[in-house]
Amino acid sequence: MAPAREHDVAVIGGGLVGSAIAWGLARLGERVAVLDEGDVAFRASRGNFALVWVQSKGLGMAPYAAWTKRSSDGWAGFAALLRAETGLDVAFQRPGGLHLCLSDAELAARHGFLMRLHNQPDMVPYEHEMLERRALEALLPEIGPEVAGASFCPLDGHCNSLRLLRALHTGMQRHGATYLANHIVDRIAPEAGGFRLETGGGAVRAGKLVLAAGNGNARLAPMVGLTVPVRPQRGQIIATERVRPFLNHPITTIRQTDEGSVQIGDSVEEAGFDDAVGLGVVSAMAERAVRMLPLLGRLNVVRSWAALRVMTQDGFPIYDQSESCPGAFVATCHSGVTLAANHALVFAPMLRDIALPAELAPFSAQRFDVPAAA
Amino acid sequence: MSVLRERYALAVIGAGPAGLAAATTAADLGIDSVLLDEQPAPGGQIYRAITETTLCERAVLGADYWRGGALVERFRASAAQHVPNATVWSVVQGGEIGVSIDDIARLIQAQHIILATGALERPMPIPGWTLPNVMTVGGAQILLKSSGLLAEGRVVLAGSGPLLWLFAAQHLAAGGALAALLDTTPRSNFWHAARHLPGFLASSYVGKGARLIASVRRQVRVVGNVTMLRAEGDGRLQTVVYRRGDGLEQRLASDLLLLHQGVAPNLNLALAARCRPIWDGGQLCFRAAVDAWGASAIAGIAVAGDGAGIAGAEAAALRGRLAALDAAHRLGRIDRAARDREAAPDRAALARWTRGRAFLDRLYRPARQFRVPDGDVVVCRCEEVTAREVRDAVALGAAGPNQMKAFLRCGMGPCQGRLCGLTVSELIAEARSVAPAEIGYYRLRPPVKPITLGELASLPKSAAAIKAVARG
Amino acid sequence: MFRRLPEPAAASVTISVDGKPIAARVGDSVAAAVLAAGIVVCRTTPVGEAPRAPYCMMGVCFDCLVAIDGIGSRQACLVRVRDGMRVDTQHGKRRAGP
Repeated sequence: MAPAREHDVAVIGGGLVGSAIAWGLARLGERVAVLDEGDVAFRASRGNFALVWVQSKGLGMAPYAAWTKRSSDGWAGFAALLRAETGLDVAFQRPGGLHLCLSDAELAARHGFLMRLHNQPDMVPYEHEMLERRALEALLPEIGPEVAGASFCPLDGHCNSLRLLRALHTGMQRHGATYLANHIVDRIAPEAGGFRLETGGGAVRAGKLVLAAGNGNARLAPMVGLTVPVRPQRGQIIATERVRPFLNHPITTIRQTDEGSVQIGDSVEEAGFDDAVGLGVVSAMAERAVRMLPLLGRLNVVRSWAALRVMTQDGFPIYDQSESCPGAFVATCHSGVTLAANHALVFAPMLRDIALPAELAPFSAQRFDVPAAA
Repeated sequence: MSVLRERYALAVIGAGPAGLAAATTAADLGIDSVLLDEQPAPGGQIYRAITETTLCERAVLGADYWRGGALVERFRASAAQHVPNATVWSVVQGGEIGVSIDDIARLIQAQHIILATGALERPMPIPGWTLPNVMTVGGAQILLKSSGLLAEGRVVLAGSGPLLWLFAAQHLAAGGALAALLDTTPRSNFWHAARHLPGFLASSYVGKGARLIASVRRQVRVVGNVTMLRAEGDGRLQTVVYRRGDGLEQRLASDLLLLHQGVAPNLNLALAARCRPIWDGGQLCFRAAVDAWGASAIAGIAVAGDGAGIAGAEAAALRGRLAALDAAHRLGRIDRAARDREAAPDRAALARWTRGRAFLDRLYRPARQFRVPDGDVVVCRCEEVTAREVRDAVALGAAGPNQMKAFLRCGMGPCQGRLCGLTVSELIAEARSVAPAEIGYYRLRPPVKPITLGELASLPKSAAAIKAVARG
Repeated sequence: MFRRLPEPAAASVTISVDGKPIAARVGDSVAAAVLAAGIVVCRTTPVGEAPRAPYCMMGVCFDCLVAIDGIGSRQACLVRVRDGMRVDTQHGKRRAGP
C-alpha cells in the first residue's frame, strides 16, 4: 500500500474558499494539500455570480458587514498579487453596484431594509445612497419604464470568478501546493501530530486540517468534533452571448462580464441536492431582467445552469475551530468571491496559530445553540 | 400551415429517417403524434431538401437519396402532424417541451417523446480549420441539394469515410471538378477491418460502394494514406498542405477545402434531458444510453436513429419504427406481444444493416492525429481555445471536461460543445492516460439552441417559480 | 467558390449584404445566398476578431452568424431569404442596443 502523503495543512475542498485559503497558506511557506472531488460534482464555485458585494450584507450580524467591507477593500490588492504571481487578470472592477427596484413599494422596502442595516449598533459605516429614477438614469440610461429607482454603493464590484478559481489554483501550485482531484474524503482520524484522511485516492496525513468542502462540510464536520449546519440552496443563472460593453455597473441580479456576456442570476429555491434547471424560474428571471433593462430582450441565451449555494440558517459564514481536535478548522460561506481576499490574506495567516482570534468569534457555529438575543 | 397544439400523446423531434418512420408508425397505430423539426421541409440531413431539390437527375444524387422520398410520402399520408421551422430547445422528464416557432417560445406537453436529432459531422481539428473557405463535406452537400450550388475553383476534399466518396460522386455527376481527394484513412485500418469483411460482403452496402469509389478514382486525383493536413491562408484558405505517409510536405493551392471524417451523434437535446452519455469505443464517440427499444433511463424519453449510435439512414428508420412501437406499448395502445410481433421483421432488417457497419466503422476509424490535435490548433471554435491550453489545464488539475469548461471556457459558446466536445474529452483522456469513457462529456442544460431573453421571459410561470425569483 | 446550376423554374429575390444588393433564389438559406454571391467572410469572432464563414450549413457550428433585418447573431444557414431582406456581417461582439 502506498505510504500516506504528508503535509502541513490539508484543505478539503478545491473551490473558491478552499483554494483561496490554500494559496494564502502556500505563499507563507506552508506545505499544503488540497483534496477535491471529481469532474461531476456540485461545486458551488462553478455556479456563482462573481459579485464582490458589500451593500445589503450584515443585517443581524454587524461583524459580517465589517468582514465583508474589509475583504472588498482588500480585493484590488489581492487581485494584483494574483496577477503578479500567475499572469492571470481576474478582471476585478469596483465601479459601484446597483440594486434596482421595479416599483415604488420595492424602493421603499429597499430603503427601509438599508436603514435597518446601517442603524445596527457597531455597524461599520460606509457610503451608500438611494437613487430616485432620474438620478439612476444618469448612471444607467437603458433602464426600463417600470424601474422606480435603486440603491447604490460605491464599494460594490465584480470579477471573473472562473478565472479567479483558475488563478488561485495556478498560484497555489506555483507555491508548491499539491492538488489532489478525485480524493473524496471518507474518514478523518485524529492521530498524534495531526490527522489522517482516508480518501478514494489513498491516505493523506497533515498536521492541520481546513474543512472547505461547501455542503460537504456537514458530513465531514462531526469527524473532527465540529458542527456545520449548512444546507444547499439552489440558484439558477442565465448567460447570454457576448455583447459590446454597455453595462458599467453591476446590478445585484444582472451583470456584464469582462468577456461581454450578460449574466442574470436572481433565484432562490430550497430544492435539496438537485441542480436541475427549471424553465419556470429561468423564465421569471428573464422577465424581471428585461423589465429592468429592455434592451436585454433581444440577446440570445447561450446557456443556463444551476448551482447549490452553501447556506447557513442565518446566511452568515461559519469560521470555527475544533475543541476536541485542535488544529481542525472550518470555513464556509455563500460569498466565496467577495470573501476571497480575506480568506487568502487574512484568514489563512490566522491558521498558523493554535486558535482563531476573537475577531472571528461571532462566526462560530456555536451561535446556533444560543437563543437569539432579546 | 399546421398550428401547434398544447398536448400530444407522442412528440417526435427531428424529421430525418428515424423521426419520419417513428411518427408514421405511431400515427398509423392511432397515436396522436406530432413531428417537430427545425428545417422548413422534412428529410433531416441525409435526405435534406428531398422534397424540394431541383437536382432531379437521379444519377446526380444517387438512388439512396431518393429512397428517402418514400419515407416522406408515407409520413405525409399518415395522420401525424408535421410542424416545420420549429426549434426545440428543451426537453425534460415529465414531457414538457420548449419549442420556438417564428421567434416565439412555447411550452407544450407530450406523454412520450422520441428524440431523433440524428448526427453531425465529427470535428476535424486541423491547423487552419477555422479559416473561411474551409467547410464540411456535409455543408457542401447541403448547398448542392438545397440550392443547386456547385463548388468550383480548386476544390480539395480531405478526410475519411463513405460521405467523402458519395459527395465526390455527386459533385462530379453535377459537372464539378476536384483538385484532389486526400484520403486520411490510415493504412493499417484495412488490415484491422478485414476480419469484419464477411459480414460486410453479405450486406447491402458492398456493391454500390465499390462502384462509387472506383468511379471517383477514375476521375479524380486521389492521394491515400495522408497523415498530416494543414489549411493555410491570410484571412481565408489559400493553400492545403499535406503529407503522405512519412513523406515530405506537399502544398496545393486551393480555393475550398471540404473536410469530413465521419459523423457523431447529435446529443445536446438528449443530454440536457439528462440522458446518460456512454462512450462507444468502436465509433469513438459518445451516444445516448438506451435499451433495445431506444428507451432511455429518463421515463417517457426515447432516442431513435443516429443519436443512439451511428448506423446509417436505413437503420435509423428501423430504429424509429421500434421506438414508436415501444411508445405505442407504453401508451397502452398495443400489448407487449403485439409490439414484439410487429417489431420482428424490423429487428431482422436492422441486424442485416448493422452487420455491415462493423467493417465500415473499422475501416474509416479516424486517425488519432486528426482527433487529438496539438499546439495552437483551435479546439473550441466558439471560444478560440487551443489544444495546448487544454493540455496545460490538465496539468493544472482540470480532470474532466466540466472542470475544463470552468477553467478555459471551452464548451461555453453558442454551439454548446457540438464541435469541441469529442475533441476535448479525448484530449483530456490522452493527457491523463485514461479511457474517454472515464472522462465523460460536458454537462448540458436547456436551452440547447439559442433563444432570446425576451422569448424566455414570455413563457408561462408557476407561482412557485415567480416566488423563487427576487424576493425584493 | 460556388456557382449556380441552371434551374429554369427558379424564382429570384434580391437581398442586401452590407448594403450591397445581391440576387438570391427562393428557397436559399441566407448562408447559401451569401456564398453564392462570392462573399467569403460573414463575421469576425467576438473573442479574437478572427474571420469566419459558414462551416456546417446545418445549424450546429454557429459560425455563420450575421445580422438579419437589424437583429444580430442569427444563424444564416437556418433562415431563408426573403425579398428585401437586409443582411449585415457581424464584426466582433454583437451590439446590445439597436
